Amino acid sequence: MGASLFHRVWTYPRARRLLGIAVGSYLVALLAGFIAPYDPRAQDRSAVKAPPHRLRFRDAEGRLHRRPFFHPWRIVDRARHQYEEDRSRYYEVAFFVRGEEAPLFLGLKTSYHLFGVLSRSSTHREPSGVAGEESPPRVYLLGTDHLGRDVFSRLVHGSRPALLIASLSLVGAFLIGFVLGGVAGYYGGTFDAVLMRMGELVESVPLLFLLLVWRAVLPLDLSVEASLFTLIALFVLVSWTSIARVTRGCVLSLKAQEFVLGALALGASPGWILRHHLFPNALTPALIQATLTLPSFLLGEAALSFLGLGIPEPEPSWGSMLAVARDLSVLRAQPWLLVPGLALWGFVALFTLLGEAIRAAWDPHHPASAPAF
Amino acid sequence: MRVFWLRRGVQAIGLLMALSFVTFLSLALAPGDPFATLEERPFLSPETRQAWRRQWGLDQPLLVRYGRWLAHVAQGQLGYSLEYQMPVSELIGARLGATLLLTIAANGIAWGIGFPLGVFAALHAYSWFDRAHTVFATVALTTPRFFLALVALIFAMTTGWFPLGGIRSIGIEGAAPLERFLDVLHHLVLPAVVLSAHPLAVISTHTRGHLLDALHTPGVRAARAKGLPRVTLLWRHALRPALAPVIVLVGYSFGSLLSGSALVETILAWPGLGQLIVESVFARDPDVLMATVLIGGACVIVGHTLADALLMMNDPRSRIEA
Repeated sequence: MGASLFHRVWTYPRARRLLGIAVGSYLVALLAGFIAPYDPRAQDRSAVKAPPHRLRFRDAEGRLHRRPFFHPWRIVDRARHQYEEDRSRYYEVAFFVRGEEAPLFLGLKTSYHLFGVLSRSSTHREPSGVAGEESPPRVYLLGTDHLGRDVFSRLVHGSRPALLIASLSLVGAFLIGFVLGGVAGYYGGTFDAVLMRMGELVESVPLLFLLLVWRAVLPLDLSVEASLFTLIALFVLVSWTSIARVTRGCVLSLKAQEFVLGALALGASPGWILRHHLFPNALTPALIQATLTLPSFLLGEAALSFLGLGIPEPEPSWGSMLAVARDLSVLRAQPWLLVPGLALWGFVALFTLLGEAIRAAWDPHHPASAPAF
Repeated sequence: MRVFWLRRGVQAIGLLMALSFVTFLSLALAPGDPFATLEERPFLSPETRQAWRRQWGLDQPLLVRYGRWLAHVAQGQLGYSLEYQMPVSELIGARLGATLLLTIAANGIAWGIGFPLGVFAALHAYSWFDRAHTVFATVALTTPRFFLALVALIFAMTTGWFPLGGIRSIGIEGAAPLERFLDVLHHLVLPAVVLSAHPLAVISTHTRGHLLDALHTPGVRAARAKGLPRVTLLWRHALRPALAPVIVLVGYSFGSLLSGSALVETILAWPGLGQLIVESVFARDPDVLMATVLIGGACVIVGHTLADALLMMNDPRSRIEA
């Protein structure tokens, strides 16, 4: 059944395209150490609240450069964090540049990055550069935050907690909801009643209220690992219900069908029927329901981090990055700090559309599947 | 009909009691009680601390504490806020009003625009309007609320058309009632619009999808063949069956709006329940948390009951079952 769902998704162009982009986003998260040019926690005290560097190809004299280059920022007003371009110097940006060593995944390390600043410093008059100069300035594609941290690097690294939490919550909620819902649907009785009432209990509270109250149970300052685990546990706790209900519904309708009765007549045990007939047949609808809940995990993580209850600083998370932009003066002076919101938007849109496309690939007659495109 | 309401009432009370018990249990089992931070202060003698704990009843077993809390709630007392040093009912009273105002306004926008939008898109399916509607709905569905709230803040800041958060202007207290009302309305626009974006898109896409399905049923085709006017066809034969799954969204929109209000209120400084719950998570104010969860639950139950009542009005068959 699972293979069949994959086949349908693969032969449904929209779902396949979106699946490709989703795999790409996981790759970005996996290779964050390579794609981000700098350590997301590293602070550059000489560039606090610096705006994004302007990448140029044409210099003041109208000459075209082979590589994009930028003029480093010169501080005009240290108190107000005002910068201007230092036109006397320029640095070139190139792909696959050797930089600081960064952890990749599974203990692997990389000292090459997707892009970086070439160490050859040049002035307009002396293109060969001054020998023995200190390392080149850092390039900030999306500016820096209030501690002088590279927003682009934090943005790339911020995809990791988002995807990790969303994926693991999805797996946890799916496993619990699928098994509980299946067993409840097949055996019925007290277990079914208690389980369904528990589900109603969870669903009778506004989601964020529930998350906040349960978050209040634990201490406010948690380590990174503990907060990751807490968030995943919270999301599983509030989201298993919809998957359980879908599975239960499927099992209820399946167990009334002849082939189940036939298996019973042949002497199959309830556990065997559940494992060989009911679970495989209920798998696809439950999987689709689980996929549709993934965006809410992304939003939940960002919302809790935004409120200061999620991933703790200095680890990058899109929610906590946006929290800085809550201040009106920050919003006015450093609008580039809103970029994490765009990234979150993109991810939520991607996984929402992917879930809907997978459902449409499986069930073209679903009312929500009538496309306008 | 009376049986229906009676049964719903009993169900609601049972659900709220279970909800309060689970919340109470999880808050009580949390490591450290509200006095944990006080206990770190060296000038407090152990006797004083013990006396305080006794005064607040924290030395009693769990079930006794829950029983006491329940008895107080039955008398209309929701407890005492340690953070604000005032009764929770007083604290929540004003906040609840602000949140209800916001939620009802957002609900009004969402249904008032979302439903006609969905109907129009379904009637003109696959037209340019329908396409534009789908694009709009997808954008609205996927925009994180707090990002939208930040964008609204920028909008208010650059245009100066709307106030930057809050519920009333400073120094408006002395003004005429009408002026005060208009002032609150002016403050209400941005948070309500931000909050309504998501449910609006949900309502319009669902309305479109279900109405489109209903328009292609054999019954509607037969009615069209019979020569019924388009208006009757739509209102009597297509819309009513299509309405059922849309009405269910009434219950959903209450929960979703309250949930969203926690973030939007925090960002746009709307002094409501959502803002309060966020503050009391940081302050570890158990009575306030209990009360907000209960009120949140009650609002969602009211929403679902309202949806069921509307369903019965819409579909005669469901009246027999109830």
